[in-house]
Amino acid sequence: MLKKCCVVLIVCLISFTQASFAKPGNLAEKQILRRGNGSEVQTLDPHKAEGVPASNILRDLYEGLTIESPDGKVIPGAAESWEISDDGKMYTFHIRKNARWSNGDPVTAEDFVYGLRRSVDPATGSQYSQILAPILNAEDIISGKKPVASMGVEAVDDHTLKITLKAATPYLLGLLNHSTTYPVHRGSVEQHGEQFSRPGKLVSNGAYKLKEWKVQSQIVVQRNPMYWDNDNTIIEQVIYLPIEESSAELKRYRAGELDITGGIPTNQYSWIMKNLPGELHVTPTLGTYYYGFNLTRPPFKDNLKLRQALSMAVDREILTEKITKAGEIPAYGWVPPGVNNYSSQSLDYAKMPKAERIKKAQQLYQQAGYSRGNPLTVEIRYNTSENHKKIAVGISAMWKKNLGIRTKLINEEWKVFLENRKQKKLTEAFRGGWIGDYNDAFTFSELMQSDHGINDSGYNSPEYDKLLEQAATESDLDKRRSILESAERLLLKDHAIMPLYFYVTKHLIKPYVKGYQPNILDHTYSKNLWISKH
Amino acid sequence: MLRFTLRRFLGAWPTLLILMTLAFFMMRAAPGGPFDTEKTLPPEIQANLDKKYHLDEPLLKQYGRYLLDLAQGDFGPSFQYKDYSVNELIAQGFPVSLRLGGTAILLAFFIGCLLGTIAAIRQNTATDYTVMAAAMTGISIPNFVLAPLLILLFAVHLGWLPAGGWNDGALLNTILPITALTLPYVAYISRLMRSSMIEVLRSNPIRTARAKGLPEHTVILRHAMKPALLPVISFLGPATAGIITGSVVIEQIFGIPGIGRFFVQGALNRDYTLVMGVVVFYGILIIAFNFIVDVVYALLDPKIRY
Amino acid sequence: MVTAKDINALQSLNSNEEIKGRSLWSDATHRLKMNKAAVTSVIILLLITLMVIIAPSFSPFSFDEIDWDLISTPPSIANGHVFGTDAIGRDLFVRTLYGGRMSLMIGVIATMVSLLIGITYGATAGYLGGRTDAIMMRIVDILYATPFMFFVILLMVFFGRNIYLIFIAIGAINWLDMARIVRGQTLSLKRKEFVEAAIACGVTTPRIILRHIVPNLLGIVVVYVTLTIPQVILVESFLSFLGLGVQEPDTSWGALVNEGAQDMEIAPWALLFPAGFLATTLFCFNFIGDGLRDALDPKDR
Repeated sequence: MLKKCCVVLIVCLISFTQASFAKPGNLAEKQILRRGNGSEVQTLDPHKAEGVPASNILRDLYEGLTIESPDGKVIPGAAESWEISDDGKMYTFHIRKNARWSNGDPVTAEDFVYGLRRSVDPATGSQYSQILAPILNAEDIISGKKPVASMGVEAVDDHTLKITLKAATPYLLGLLNHSTTYPVHRGSVEQHGEQFSRPGKLVSNGAYKLKEWKVQSQIVVQRNPMYWDNDNTIIEQVIYLPIEESSAELKRYRAGELDITGGIPTNQYSWIMKNLPGELHVTPTLGTYYYGFNLTRPPFKDNLKLRQALSMAVDREILTEKITKAGEIPAYGWVPPGVNNYSSQSLDYAKMPKAERIKKAQQLYQQAGYSRGNPLTVEIRYNTSENHKKIAVGISAMWKKNLGIRTKLINEEWKVFLENRKQKKLTEAFRGGWIGDYNDAFTFSELMQSDHGINDSGYNSPEYDKLLEQAATESDLDKRRSILESAERLLLKDHAIMPLYFYVTKHLIKPYVKGYQPNILDHTYSKNLWISKH
Repeated sequence: MLRFTLRRFLGAWPTLLILMTLAFFMMRAAPGGPFDTEKTLPPEIQANLDKKYHLDEPLLKQYGRYLLDLAQGDFGPSFQYKDYSVNELIAQGFPVSLRLGGTAILLAFFIGCLLGTIAAIRQNTATDYTVMAAAMTGISIPNFVLAPLLILLFAVHLGWLPAGGWNDGALLNTILPITALTLPYVAYISRLMRSSMIEVLRSNPIRTARAKGLPEHTVILRHAMKPALLPVISFLGPATAGIITGSVVIEQIFGIPGIGRFFVQGALNRDYTLVMGVVVFYGILIIAFNFIVDVVYALLDPKIRY
Repeated sequence: MVTAKDINALQSLNSNEEIKGRSLWSDATHRLKMNKAAVTSVIILLLITLMVIIAPSFSPFSFDEIDWDLISTPPSIANGHVFGTDAIGRDLFVRTLYGGRMSLMIGVIATMVSLLIGITYGATAGYLGGRTDAIMMRIVDILYATPFMFFVILLMVFFGRNIYLIFIAIGAINWLDMARIVRGQTLSLKRKEFVEAAIACGVTTPRIILRHIVPNLLGIVVVYVTLTIPQVILVESFLSFLGLGVQEPDTSWGALVNEGAQDMEIAPWALLFPAGFLATTLFCFNFIGDGLRDALDPKDR
């Protein structure tokens, strides 16, 4: 009960600060926001959607039990408060009495149950439902072993929702603003079937409703007057433009056709800093750019020294200063800094001076059986992209200079690349990148489990797997944290991967767009923004 | 003439069938499937998706199913844009591409023929050299250089025209992309027209016409134009295919929701149905266009008999 | 007024002609030599070709060497990077020349492929006419109606980024244009008197195609070849634009121009030098083509 009071108090505080924040004096007459949004979204069905562009739009359309404040803190969304049982396995959410769908129907606990069940139902074909694994029985339902109704979610009454977990999961509240947990309007889904997510048919419970969707052209969302917090929404309309080319995006931004970009062309970083001062917002995010070594084939199989030598021979500071440029952080660990409840781990040589590092790398390289006269020939595989290309060229030059390695660069189109990476029959060294799904170390740690789908290095350490199993059931936060940290140290010691840098997000934002606050997950709700007179 | 037309028309069907078959099996042979993502799907979900899109059936059965659906005008659901059917996507994208490509080819044809004729009449004069130099420049600059150049100049610096977007085909939005798409083809066509016009102007019928003392413009318009157009007409078939390809670049750079962009995205994402749909659709279109070109050619050149 | 000297000259010319006779080709060469633009183009093109082959070995830099301290620097005599450096600090002079090797190779090989197939195919179809023509052109139509990129993207997928297969692929597609144009031209040629005369004399069909049709096609074919080489080079650059071009650290003019076009405002040299070479080469091909056309034109004798 005490916990609940605290939550309510925090809620009040936040809504006060928000309210005072959100009453700016000099609003522009036209409150239309134009956001560059990367590639075209594949679907607006929240349970099938994946990828950043779709999530951005869905965050405006739907509201999960929790949402995030502009600076990225988890705050109450469709649920106004909640209680957590002492063992951390049972969550009771109180849905807002004034929450409404865009057609006026009340949002009930049943809608959430329907949504969550639909997400894990194999018949839906959700490509992201595995993220709900912490919920009781979800995993078994996804793999078809248990019926959908056995999921640990229950509507106690119209406004009370109970979620039962498999084990205590500290990141659950953050997870509940992921699109797989969004409620959907049962009536319209059942009426329209596959087409329920079209303009004119989509019923949503967020601050906006879908107005128009022209594939590869634009998606327009319009203020939802039924939204419970509609009084505080200022932006009337948001236009999402799918623009993949960042240089094309920059031109449209400069021509005044965009208010917020999804990224920037890295080569033009210094030009932007000089010519568009104050408009570039760079924020560290939960993402790691790395190279994997295929541990199931020569030359990297059972060759720790070689992997270590290659890893040490790469100057990450040069990569981030000269290639990525925009403030990416050189990575010596797997889990990015800034994760809740976690402190960053790093490779043992991180503190070693550069010259010494290279010397050590050369020694290891020789011990691994190679030399300048008998150099290693290695392939780097990467998927088509300007940045990946530059990184690969840079790394191959460093390997050549420091160790005399001959590198062959193989640039593959995404699907081919994925297939080769997964099969592990051709790959030697390959490019990888991972953006965390939620703010917890586990979203990174789990990738390196021996049976995980993205463990394309083929890292197979029983010790590591055991540590992760322990962490999954550990309810004591401090213990869990130290288990995950030691797992990362093990991974780094084994050099299964070579972390290169931690991602940052880069947005150009027009000075008249107000209310933007950087946050680590890069979630910007349009309802928190407004356009001042300009 | 009627028989020729009819035969051509009937002949187009097997062509289309072969094309479709080729595309279908090539696409399926490509590594990677439509639902492959970085994450590995749980087998149960993979199986469900495969079942839903009939990917679990033997390939020949899928092929038969596809043909049957196609016979009813149904291109199937898009694998990538899960909320849409391929028919809807083509219906959305085609008018855009048609407007873009159609305008481009018409403009290229008229301007190209005009410039080519002028250059031919004024052969080896300053006018000729200027036109040909301009044409060569047009050929030598790739689309993807020309387009950003135009955007930088007219949209970013001068602010006269939008830098991208289609905006439902508003005139202002179409000017830059159409220009970028048209210029290289104006160049090609004016060169072709010039050389063929020069050849025709030296031919005996024209000499005779001149000898009769007909005014120069009559000679050119009434007598020389028709035969001189033949190579250009021949070129229109390839030019159309080229403009389709070129419009992929233009659609990409200007963010235009045309069919070319769907195609590239579809191919990269193994959206079997979308790619097949575009291939078949364009196949029909190109065959139809070539057919028209053939008929026009036959009409213009009385020496050809079938 | 005709001087004695002139008459002498004319007479010697005449007698020369009588003794040696003048073939179509020696005549054409002579005429081509009179065309200043064409001759200049030949010289420039030879220079570029030589430079592309020889010059990289004289440069102190290698095409894949990175200087991390000179990222995207403008041309400078002082540091030896006369064309400047690219976005990862590689010497653009050497890369432009290396790219030239690749582009010229692609252009020539692919055009040769298309030429061989296209002329034979088109002339045969056009000359034989009737059912053979219909079937042959139907096949061309089928290949035509395969959107080109589809074909190339699939090839990339099947064979990885094997550049030599790309040449063949481009060439194998371009012959379609060639075949159609040649066929169209042949259709009108075959009604001409000299062909009918040859038929009347009982000359065999392959011989008619080779000796009478093909030489008369050369005008349009040459014009078309000069359009094809640059076209092929451009197609390669289009592939580079889609990210399907040559594999790093190799490069081509297309790839360089594409990279340069992205940053044309901040690093114009990265666009201007490769684009300059590309455009000059294409210009030269075109001038040579025009010169050849005029020189070969039998009606202008």
